[in-house]
Amino acid sequence: MAVSERAIRRVVWRRSRREEGDDAAAAPALEPQASPVATPETAAFEIAPNDPLVAYFQGSVGAVDIGALDLESAALERLRAEGVTLVVPLIANGELIGLLNVGRRLSDQDFSADDRRLLETLAAQAAPAVRVGQLVRERQAELRERDRLEQELAVAQLIQQNFLPKELPLREGWQVAAYYRAARAVGGDFYDFIELPDGRLGLVIGDVTDKGVPAAMVMAATRSVLRASAQRLIEPGDVLARVNDNLCPDIPENMFVTCFYGVLDPATGHLRYANAGHNLPLVHAGGDSGDLRATGMPLGLLPGMVYEERETTLAEGATVLLYSDGLIEAHDSAREMFGTERATPLLRHDLESAAVIDGLLAALDGFIGSELEQEDDITLVVLRRASGQSAAAKPIAEIGATAEAAPRLEGVLADFTIASAPGNEREAMRRVAEASAQAALEPERLERLKTAAAEATMNAMEHGNGYQDGVDVRVLVSARAGELVVAITDSGAAPQTAAPAATPDIDAKLEGRQSPRGWGLFLIERMVDDVRQSSGPGGHTVELVMHLEGGPDGQRDT
Amino acid sequence: MANAILEATTHSEGDAARIELRGDIDGSAREALGGAYADAAGARSVMLDFTQVDYINSTGIALIVGLLARARADECAISARGLSPHYREIFEITRLSDFMTIIADSEGDPA
Repeated sequence: MAVSERAIRRVVWRRSRREEGDDAAAAPALEPQASPVATPETAAFEIAPNDPLVAYFQGSVGAVDIGALDLESAALERLRAEGVTLVVPLIANGELIGLLNVGRRLSDQDFSADDRRLLETLAAQAAPAVRVGQLVRERQAELRERDRLEQELAVAQLIQQNFLPKELPLREGWQVAAYYRAARAVGGDFYDFIELPDGRLGLVIGDVTDKGVPAAMVMAATRSVLRASAQRLIEPGDVLARVNDNLCPDIPENMFVTCFYGVLDPATGHLRYANAGHNLPLVHAGGDSGDLRATGMPLGLLPGMVYEERETTLAEGATVLLYSDGLIEAHDSAREMFGTERATPLLRHDLESAAVIDGLLAALDGFIGSELEQEDDITLVVLRRASGQSAAAKPIAEIGATAEAAPRLEGVLADFTIASAPGNEREAMRRVAEASAQAALEPERLERLKTAAAEATMNAMEHGNGYQDGVDVRVLVSARAGELVVAITDSGAAPQTAAPAATPDIDAKLEGRQSPRGWGLFLIERMVDDVRQSSGPGGHTVELVMHLEGGPDGQRDT
Repeated sequence: MANAILEATTHSEGDAARIELRGDIDGSAREALGGAYADAAGARSVMLDFTQVDYINSTGIALIVGLLARARADECAISARGLSPHYREIFEITRLSDFMTIIADSEGDPA
């Protein structure tokens, strides 16, 4: 008889509750004629699923005299040793779920037919209740396990999110775009941009083997050591060697880190790089495609490693793709891999960095198909040197726009955090106003931006951060390409709706058919020229955009 | 620009009342606003004086909607004065101004 292991595991011999740990209960509390002898205190024991006794009980009907059984069974011996003479299988829904075990009668006489009927009735009535109890206990254990896994996932995500860059580096003549998408079990992908002396830029992409909290911790440690080493050492190979030596003593067994590290001089396009076993970055420049090849062992395996250094100069129009194996090892339904050969052609078009990422993701999603789940984290970083005359003199966001004679306001005007507590949106509003002063918005437009900033900060504090202590809202005010942008970021993982807010129905609200609330997003959209929302590892961001004078749309009426 | 909990004072005269508002109209204004309207019970018209209000947020707008709903049930007319051009615009965008008379400052006539 085929029986699932699950079912058999439940065949546990337990003493009845009324006997448990209570000597008084050992006295014959039942009617004398049927009162079984209480056996001495004994722990429940499990019967092996393959014990012949299990098969026997599954096929038996009613009470079984185990004294008469002739079976090679460890469980049977154990039952006899415990003084059990009669066993009534507990059957619920045709499944053996336990045993009702009875010792010798006080009178030492055999059990009568009446005794057996009584016990069988008892077993038949007890079995469903015992089963319910078992199910409740199993369900509770499942829930506990699920909570534990979810918590671990949340912790891993939190670590990961905190250690990925919150913003992209700005370099004249260059475009940088980055993308990260976690798989269901968070992996150990990371990328980083490191500001170096003389305006040079450190570019990092890496992947920790393994997943979950341990991988996230190793990722965080690697990033910190790398950042510190990059400030002290110039050569990328030396940096990786230092990181490797730092990681080796502490990294958990069977875990290691692949990592590409390059140092870019934006003024010349010179890129010097080393690679600790990471996927080779892809390059497309001047009509040719290739990769950035340099050899080296992954980090954390063996101390004292040396990392080959290579260099190249990225000409105007060159595009570099740094990526994790989640991209090229993604499988389609036929188990074929996406591979670099599918990624490379997408770099050939003369597209902005963000458009390259969009193209890669569209190709990848089309390749995987909608019914397959993403297997691994996907990380993409695209670096592009703008093409065209005197590109180095052009702020990156202006590429494609017509050149302006007048100098424009560019750069970060303010960057601060606000604790998530009711009322703190006014502080955000005040500081946004302060930072926006340079933009010289018309007074009424400044008022509108202030109101939108206050509302967006409230949403971030309430819906994104749940007014939690220590979970702050980040506010970044910047000007670029004729736009004043207030970016408000919370730690909310789920993107809020990107659809335009419905116009609140004040008639319904006045008649009590709708909550009087629900004005925030509607107001935000009416107050500013544009609202952009995005979600990433750094959290959920709402960008409030005001076009500056001379911008594409100087003023938009409400 | 410290946050200022709303103070609301009701001045009644006959069946008209004026509620003088001072501070912020946000979530923390609920009790002051509700209490001041209750103090004006029985008035046929209530004027909200926003002259000393610097800040109104979406939660505050919801409170004003709630007040308008109560006033409608009480058959009491609501008007507003002292709104800055910005909040006047917001009252228009949200259509609050369809349900209350907005008085320009020059027309202000404290009840």
